[in-house]
Amino acid sequence: MSPEILSAIGISARVALVATALDAAVGLPLAYGLARKPMTAKSAVELLVTLPLVLPPTVTGYYLIVLLGRRGWVGAPLFGLTGWSVAFTWYGAAIAAAVMALPLLVRTARAAIESVDRDLERAAFTLGRSEWQTALAVTIPLARNGIMAGLVLTFARALGEFGATLMLAGNIPGRTTTIPLAIYTAVETGETGDALLLAGALTVLSCLVIFIANRLGTAAP
Amino acid sequence: MTLPLISQNRVALRARRSWLARPLACLALTVCWLLATSRAASGQELIFSVAVSMKEATEEVGREFQRLHPGVTLRYNLGGSGGLQKQIEAGAPADLFLSAGQREMDELERRGFIVAASRRVIAANLLAVIVPADGRLDVRQPADLLRPEVQRIALGNPKTVPAGQYAEECLRALGLWDALRPRLVFAENVRQALEYVSRGEVDAGFVYATDAATRAGRVRTAFHPPPDSYPRIVYPAAVVAASDHRPLAQEFIDLLLGPEGRSVLARLGFQPAPGAAR
Repeated sequence: MSPEILSAIGISARVALVATALDAAVGLPLAYGLARKPMTAKSAVELLVTLPLVLPPTVTGYYLIVLLGRRGWVGAPLFGLTGWSVAFTWYGAAIAAAVMALPLLVRTARAAIESVDRDLERAAFTLGRSEWQTALAVTIPLARNGIMAGLVLTFARALGEFGATLMLAGNIPGRTTTIPLAIYTAVETGETGDALLLAGALTVLSCLVIFIANRLGTAAP
Repeated sequence: MTLPLISQNRVALRARRSWLARPLACLALTVCWLLATSRAASGQELIFSVAVSMKEATEEVGREFQRLHPGVTLRYNLGGSGGLQKQIEAGAPADLFLSAGQREMDELERRGFIVAASRRVIAANLLAVIVPADGRLDVRQPADLLRPEVQRIALGNPKTVPAGQYAEECLRALGLWDALRPRLVFAENVRQALEYVSRGEVDAGFVYATDAATRAGRVRTAFHPPPDSYPRIVYPAAVVAASDHRPLAQEFIDLLLGPEGRSVLARLGFQPAPGAAR
């Protein structure tokens, strides 16, 4: 295997893991809130989270540049302060992948939390548990299969992200070239052997992810 | 009576909770480790932003460079020169820029993104019109492209690909641009245009003479457009101003200009740089 392929696999693994962790930190509280809390502007939050699922990835990527690029609303003060920007770094790739995969986690986890019998939660309340304790001890454990399936799908989506990653992080070999970007470059420059190898690896991995997600989805809670 | 039942439930709940908490904790730990180690791994790594038509030449000279500097890793960011120029302007990491056109290098120099004193032309090239090797089209001169059988012609997008700019100027000079305009398929870089032809998805394509040679079995050179119909194709190289490895990048340019570099470039079909050009 060429060093380019190995480095792409390494970067992809790093990007997908960090993106999944980011989504878990942001998406799980969000999913719980959407499912169980009376939220102001709930439909607006829902819309914002779902948007990356529907928008072309290049549009999401463009918004991320406008927000986080060197001249972006958040990126410019950061660059002025530290001389550093997420553009063209693997952190940028992880952020792009996290934004693109967030809807999958929030939607899956929210459905799982909504399907938990509310009477069980009420029973916990009558036994003197606070809402916080009930969420951690009753609701989330009962929704765990759906949440795990959501996390697995999030990881898979992050692993396959192309468009938004290309916009924000570019395609810099050894820095931000993930497996999908390496496949694009290999096809573009006629290295069909490399492209086939990487495409095959991603296909096998995706089959595995679908299998795990299905098993989790059908298993009894 | 009820007390043992409750504590039993609590144990069961705790076990259930850990079923989700454990993978999440593993994930968090792995991520912390990744974040902590990602900076240490970089070391002496140079990124060369290289016009994709120079792929084989820089890789070959790069092997010689790595023999001289065993601790250094070279990464090649290959693409259309216009795209690479935009990346450098946006702060993408790069130590050296090797462009297939002067326009892109001029723009970077004007805005202070390259070390002007390091800029040198390292080679020249010619345009070629290619057709699929197994094709039956008989294309021998520019006017043959007007035939109805030639339905699609690939060339680099003139906005960002120098090979496309040269092809456009050539077609305009020959008075064919407007007639052929509906048949043109734009590629992101010159090698993509080469790929379109080698897969037989288009009937002809404009590439560099050296690109045609890299796919000798799949594509055939139909003709070379008259060299006076387009500007002279030269490859300027320069050290990127933001580079942390300026001396090493300069050494690579010197190596390209030296006897080893010149012999590699000549063997791959590039023309020598016009005397004292920059």
